[in-house]
Amino acid sequence: MIEFKNVSKTYDNGVKALKNINLAINEGEFVAIIGLSGAGKSTLLRLINKLIESTNGEVIFDGNSVTTATGRDLINIRRQIGMIFQGFNIVKRMSVLSNVLSGRVAYNPTWKTILGLFPEEDKQIAYRALKRVDILEKVHNRASDLSGGQQQRVAIARALAQEPKIMLADEPVASLDPITTVQVMDYLKKINVEDGITTIANLHHVDLALKYATRVVGIKEGKLVYDVQMADISKEKFYTDLELVYGRPIHRDEVLGDE
Amino acid sequence: MDKITVSKPKKFKRNLIVLTILFLIVGSAWFAGFNVIEVMINLNKGSRLLGRMFFPPDLSYLPNIVDPMIETIRMAIVGTFIGATLALPVAVLVANNFIKSKLLHGPLRIILNIFRTIPALVLASLFVAVFGTGPFSGVVALSIFTFGLVSKLTYETIEAIDYGQVEALMSLGANKMNILRYAIMPQILPQYMSYTLYGFEVNIRAAAVLGYVGAGGIGQTFEFNLAWRNFDRVGTIIIFSFFIVLIIDLISSSIRKRLV
Repeated sequence: MIEFKNVSKTYDNGVKALKNINLAINEGEFVAIIGLSGAGKSTLLRLINKLIESTNGEVIFDGNSVTTATGRDLINIRRQIGMIFQGFNIVKRMSVLSNVLSGRVAYNPTWKTILGLFPEEDKQIAYRALKRVDILEKVHNRASDLSGGQQQRVAIARALAQEPKIMLADEPVASLDPITTVQVMDYLKKINVEDGITTIANLHHVDLALKYATRVVGIKEGKLVYDVQMADISKEKFYTDLELVYGRPIHRDEVLGDE
Repeated sequence: MDKITVSKPKKFKRNLIVLTILFLIVGSAWFAGFNVIEVMINLNKGSRLLGRMFFPPDLSYLPNIVDPMIETIRMAIVGTFIGATLALPVAVLVANNFIKSKLLHGPLRIILNIFRTIPALVLASLFVAVFGTGPFSGVVALSIFTFGLVSKLTYETIEAIDYGQVEALMSLGANKMNILRYAIMPQILPQYMSYTLYGFEVNIRAAAVLGYVGAGGIGQTFEFNLAWRNFDRVGTIIIFSFFIVLIIDLISSSIRKRLV
């Protein structure tokens, strides 16, 4: 579904964020990407929808090259890829509904979306998306009036409204409290399992990776250093393996616990 | 207990700055020929003039200045509207986070800065020379001044928006127009409206003196009466203008407070 072929990224300031990444992600997987801050996790995610352009190599999405796509082709790729962010990035001065409907802009002619005219069909998609994350009752609220967890659910609904094939989540729970964290991760997992939407999430907490992911990919200093199917590995082995990603052993008391 | 001694703060730099500023103020006053004795002598003359203006003002003249005042307000409204309307698209073009082209930004910004720096009064006298006397020249001057002011403030606001919202819209396949509509406009619209109102406040004050160079409004009536030495009428004009400007300022700034 997604394939990285010898992908490298060097930023203008000379930072080598990713070095020769080869990675193939299959349909329906829930992939957690782990690694220290600055290891290149965010860069990896943003290469998939070309929010960042690679320096070398090629990223393939569903048989099409993302790397060479521009204009209308790029928009066609992007609208199939939902993305949520650490800072939620919903438009706070708009209503929840407008935010979710904005997930449909790439499916409608620009003159209509500029005027805010969306077909009834799209509104139904938006309502269903909001219902999916149990926040339909806030549909007419201003987005800024919602709590952090609610805002992230609106962000998920916006991504769902795209009817995406894959969902990218860049530190989706890093600014949420532990309880809201579990809620948001549960929604992501539910969407992954029920709709078969391939999900790729950057996570800081290894125990979240352990609990939700079917596959864990580790990045260290821009290199892919770890890649494992969670079904093939014991919990104990996983914790010992983390040394490969973080550069030193992780003790059991350093993770959040298993509840 | 031991007494703690710390080194004394260095005051040399501060003293130097204070002395320099003092020197600049006194020096400028001297160069400008300002002296206190002159002020004292003229104070007497001035107070006599003020007496003729305000004790009492000729309030019977009030009905005659309502129409020029309305003209002044109209000039400010039309000037603000035209200037601010033109400012919005230009601000979008000039902001470096929407279109990344230094070739476009550089020249446009220089033009905006020139517009903003020239006082409306100077612009007005220029347009009076081109279009002749009357409110039209005033409106053109106010439009250009407002355009420079609002576009500058607005593009700086656009450059300071939360880029995450733009990134989110890009990620879901929005094109430039949609990014503008759904990520940039919601963030800047309240500020833009606030700048426009601020421009209106400035324009009301500017419009009141534009008549001095023949660009219409109450300033023309003012100048006429001053020339005829109708000081009691001049007093009425000043009081009336003061209250109108004050009321508009109060209303406008209270709306602005609610906007942002």
